[in-house]
Amino acid sequence: MTLEYQQQTIEVRDRFDKLKARDITLQVQSLGKTFSTNGNTVNALTDVSFDVHRREFMTIIGPSGCGKSTLVRILAGLEFATSGQVLLNGDRVTGPGPDTGMVFQTYTLFPWLTVKKNVMFGLRNRGISESMALQEAMQWIDLVGLERFANHYPHQLSGGMKQRVAIARALAAKPRILLMDEPFGALDAQTRAKMQSYLLEIWRNIDITIVFITHDLDEAIFLADRILVLKANPGEVQELIEVPVPRPRLAGQMLETPFISTRQHIGQLIHSPSSEDDGLSEVIRMTPVGDEVEPQW
Amino acid sequence: MSHLDSLVPLEQSVSTRPESDTTIKSDMSRRNANSWFTPRVGLSPGRNRALGIASFLLPLILWSAISYLPFLWHPNIKITDAGDVSYFKTGMQVERERFETEYGKLVTSGGALPQGVPTNPVYLPAPHEVATALYTSFTTEPRRKSEQWFHESLWHSITIIFWGFTLSSLVGVPLGVLCGTYAAISRLQEPFIEFFRYLPAPAFGALAVAILGIHDAPKIAIIFIGTFFQQVLVIANTTRKLDTALVEAAMTLGSGKLALLFKVVIPGILPDLYRDLRILLGWAWTYLIVAELIGTSSGITWFITQQARYKNFDNVFAAIIIIGIIGLLTDMLLARLAKRFFPWDKSGDKQSAGA
Ligand SMILES: Nc1ncnc2c1ncn2[C@@H]1O[C@H](COP(=O)(O)OP(=O)(O)OP(=O)(O)O)[C@@H](O)[C@H]1O
Ligand SMILES: [Mg+2]
Repeated sequence: MTLEYQQQTIEVRDRFDKLKARDITLQVQSLGKTFSTNGNTVNALTDVSFDVHRREFMTIIGPSGCGKSTLVRILAGLEFATSGQVLLNGDRVTGPGPDTGMVFQTYTLFPWLTVKKNVMFGLRNRGISESMALQEAMQWIDLVGLERFANHYPHQLSGGMKQRVAIARALAAKPRILLMDEPFGALDAQTRAKMQSYLLEIWRNIDITIVFITHDLDEAIFLADRILVLKANPGEVQELIEVPVPRPRLAGQMLETPFISTRQHIGQLIHSPSSEDDGLSEVIRMTPVGDEVEPQW
Repeated sequence: MSHLDSLVPLEQSVSTRPESDTTIKSDMSRRNANSWFTPRVGLSPGRNRALGIASFLLPLILWSAISYLPFLWHPNIKITDAGDVSYFKTGMQVERERFETEYGKLVTSGGALPQGVPTNPVYLPAPHEVATALYTSFTTEPRRKSEQWFHESLWHSITIIFWGFTLSSLVGVPLGVLCGTYAAISRLQEPFIEFFRYLPAPAFGALAVAILGIHDAPKIAIIFIGTFFQQVLVIANTTRKLDTALVEAAMTLGSGKLALLFKVVIPGILPDLYRDLRILLGWAWTYLIVAELIGTSSGITWFITQQARYKNFDNVFAAIIIIGIIGLLTDMLLARLAKRFFPWDKSGDKQSAGA
């Protein structure tokens, strides 16, 4: 029996067939991570395995504390797995480097550099001359629509602009994969929606594989080819979902069946009793009886 | 790309939002206007200036009151007419009690009564006397040929500070940055430095003289010892406060080890490091007095002790005030320069005195 969200139109199936025929960029093999801080051990990830194909857009979703950040930091080489391994184009990831670009949730633009110099940073690391780097950087800045702000310092930009610069900076370094840890988490809903369309547009136009973390269901579905759903305690893969929504993605699709059924399914996965172990107790009433304007329930 | 173009007006949509921002702001400023004591909220420029002036005015008013209101303090009597008291002389200061006993004796025995006016001790000159001394201290010729003019001794002090502080910084700043960046260097250096900084710098005076002679070298050494160990620890801490995410971001952009140090850590801490140096420079001045007393007494300290010996307390005060002014002006200048050096740094200078 196939559930509703698993029903794909021929176009969508065709897309997935083509996608899966592509090389595998990222291979995650039974990754495990335990933190031990003064006697306490936290099992953050257990036996996480999945593949990401070249030019695929994968989102990772899961309840808070299920190890999403830990996972992406391991993928970036910023943290080391206790077991298992990560292969990028067949090579084992042993540390951070220009092959794995990263956009963080917190703003990590270099405050002492202008937008232009921030974007040039990775290019200069690759040994490209100042003038060539500048030229290339300006193209990336154009791509994220910030040419008027090339000489601004980060503190003069809004949050959305900062993240666009961060994306331009990461992409300019020519990574094989772009890792994004809730990059739009701090933005308001409107800006966030714009940034999502923006990101898809950039992704469509350049050769980049993206792994994107979010805790927002709509964002996860709107962006992804496939969604990796994690569950908490310990962080484990719950399901790898192929999103049945055709591309290009438009806001209107959020009201259509493929989107809604996927949303419902993931909603159930994430809010199933097993993962709702957040220890919240019922709210105690502190208002006088009879002070309500709505009928009693 | 056409789709991208349609998305470009993002910042416009961002800038249409601030309606809510402005309401928040006006709300904030209303809070400011009403209260002088909202935690962590700045004052209006007018209030800032007024309070800045008041901070100098208050002690000055207090000092003036003590100096010019005869019923405040004035523990001594300055003799204007010695009368029949054998050891009184005109212009001499005696304690009020002694004056009253002598006066009382003469009232009973009958004789010419001494006259006098209440006055403060010589060591507390009045503001106007010190104000004149601010000028005259520079024009007073030294009593002996071999001695220095005031401006010469002042300059001598400044050179001592300069060399002590510069030499300390040349070693201390790089070492501090390295300690803050690399755990290995920190573990190798900091425990000893932590121990050493508790040893009082003046304790090394005799040793410094024995090794370096009696002239400027031991004085510079004292400033160095007083500054260096604090400097390494303070700067190491500042370096450690740099947001790790910046370093991580740089690593994902392909920065090597050296690039991380020179292109991320150092530029990242520069404004804070500069602020640290400003504070440390202030501390260096406090070691000056000790430094100048060892070996042959010199500089501003020599001038002050000398003038105190001559009972020219107006000059003593003038010299102290001039040190203060030099310190304040240097700091204001450095704060002003910081704005030029670090245009991206918005946390700076909120707490600085003059700016
Ligand atoms: N450095 C660390 N030391 C000890 N425990 C850690 C460390 N980093 C993360 N953890 C633990 O690992 C688990 C996963 O953390 P992680 O930050 O990866 O969660 P997350 O899914 O990103 O959560 P969120 O959605 O809130 O960002 C948490 O239980 C956390 O307490
Ligand atoms: Mg996280």
